[in-house]
Amino acid sequence: MRRLFVFVSIMAGLVSTPLVAAINESSDKNSGSSMHSADATTVSVDPQSGLTVAPGYNLVVAHCSACHSPSLITQNAMSRERWLETIRWMQDTQKLWPLGDAEPAILDYLTLWYGPKKGARRPPLEPHLLPQK
Amino acid sequence: MKKHGLHELYAKDPVKADEQVFQRTSNALTRRGFIKGLKSLSLLLGAEVVYGQFMPAGLIPAAFAQSNTPFSIEGKDGLTILNDRPINAETPAHLLDDAVTPASRFFVRNNGIPPQKPDASTWTLTIEGESAEQSKTFTLEELKTQFKHYSYQLTLECGGNGRAEFSPAATGNQWTTGAVGCPKWTGVRLKDVLTSVGVKDSAVYIGYYGDDQHLSRTPGKAAISRGVPINKAMEDESLIAWAMNDEPLPLMNGYPLRLVFGGWPASTSGKWLKKIVVRDRVHDGAKMLGKAYRLPCKPVAPGAKVADEDMCIIEAMPIKSLITFPQSGTDHPLAKKLSVRGHAWSGEGKVAEVYTSIDFGQTWQIAELTLPVNRHAWQQFTTKIAFPQQGYFEIWAKAVDENGKAQPMVLPGWNPKGYLNNACHRIAVRVV
Repeated sequence: MRRLFVFVSIMAGLVSTPLVAAINESSDKNSGSSMHSADATTVSVDPQSGLTVAPGYNLVVAHCSACHSPSLITQNAMSRERWLETIRWMQDTQKLWPLGDAEPAILDYLTLWYGPKKGARRPPLEPHLLPQK
Repeated sequence: MKKHGLHELYAKDPVKADEQVFQRTSNALTRRGFIKGLKSLSLLLGAEVVYGQFMPAGLIPAAFAQSNTPFSIEGKDGLTILNDRPINAETPAHLLDDAVTPASRFFVRNNGIPPQKPDASTWTLTIEGESAEQSKTFTLEELKTQFKHYSYQLTLECGGNGRAEFSPAATGNQWTTGAVGCPKWTGVRLKDVLTSVGVKDSAVYIGYYGDDQHLSRTPGKAAISRGVPINKAMEDESLIAWAMNDEPLPLMNGYPLRLVFGGWPASTSGKWLKKIVVRDRVHDGAKMLGKAYRLPCKPVAPGAKVADEDMCIIEAMPIKSLITFPQSGTDHPLAKKLSVRGHAWSGEGKVAEVYTSIDFGQTWQIAELTLPVNRHAWQQFTTKIAFPQQGYFEIWAKAVDENGKAQPMVLPGWNPKGYLNNACHRIAVRVV
């Protein structure tokens, strides 16, 4: 959580960067780098926000883009649990309002389109090769 | 042998089971359909899967759902099964600890359907081809009595060993680190047999034909028919072998007769060997052409499409090492030094040095290294590691050859089929 806090704080410093960054990000989808968990070939990307247009998109634009650039979403790749931690952190410290019924839909959207990274320069060892808890 | 039923595989991780058993991946969004694998599934069922695009991920195809028969490979122990048709299995790193790999721990890589009950007493090997002086057939007994016997420890590694690390993912069995081994092989020198038959000056390559069937069971269609250039065939250590560690070859490793070319992709070492052709051109059998066992002639960007004519045949395997002790995930007390050991090998020559690192490659300490017992045999390294504090550590191993060429710490050049990943092996240790 502490690491996440530092990470998000650094990212928050970049929020003011223009939307160009977000638009560039969409070209990443076809490079085969498997940045996100969902198959991006069948969906469109909104050129303004850089976000994938799919169920939940409108909620994300309404609740998230009010304060920060959508590029803060499109650059990230997190599990449902970590997206939720990030939302809670924004609620605790950044004045994000309660999301109510929209919360599960937003989490569905974020986890599907901006889920954990698969590719990595040297990804973590497989769970069965790690010390057991 | 750990036994896996289909149901057990699917219960553990249905999507992974799809990929392992049927090489099937489905749309990540809808979790339906086949992005790939539909063809191989159809092949197994013997019928086209209609509406395959709507089949949910992780569902055992109904035709197999009744099968609760545990799946195992006779004579093998502790191997991880990647695929049950054709049978492919690799060995976890810590089970490859022996200097001489026991038959039970030697990986299985099949391209087709092995012969059911090959008969050694009637087995024959024919040598022919454009660049052979004659066509000559030997019984196994004649080979054993007419030629001098030789034994060598020869490292065989699948060209695709390490494929699982490629990103974007490369197609094929997702080998991690265990498609390698170095047993002692006994047989006759291929060059002695070829010379007795007569090799013309025009000889360029040899190709093999085995007794395994194509997966489709199409008569006369070879599952695999590869080979090596004539100069590799004429090396002292290139064997026509009938024994592994002084016992008959295991059925899954080519019983009763096979080729062994140490240090080259193991696919060149034909199993269930029936025929060798001496060619006046590069052999053009199954899996010699297209993209099989080939790399882009010029390096390409990850994910690039490469035309068949721009792919070149893989020859010697690159320098590599494997940590076989301790097992990854071990706890170790801070007060004691940890003994670490493993093997190092290179298809291009001797390994000169092996280093280990516990700080992700920032600093390296040199290990003790044995000399190979013969050319193309792997070498053993050992070292003792002191840890500076408690916590999570990774031990990395890096081998360096006589010319100073070392293993990369990350994935080497991406290629469409995911061959030749010789990145440093690493294991996890928790110091307590």
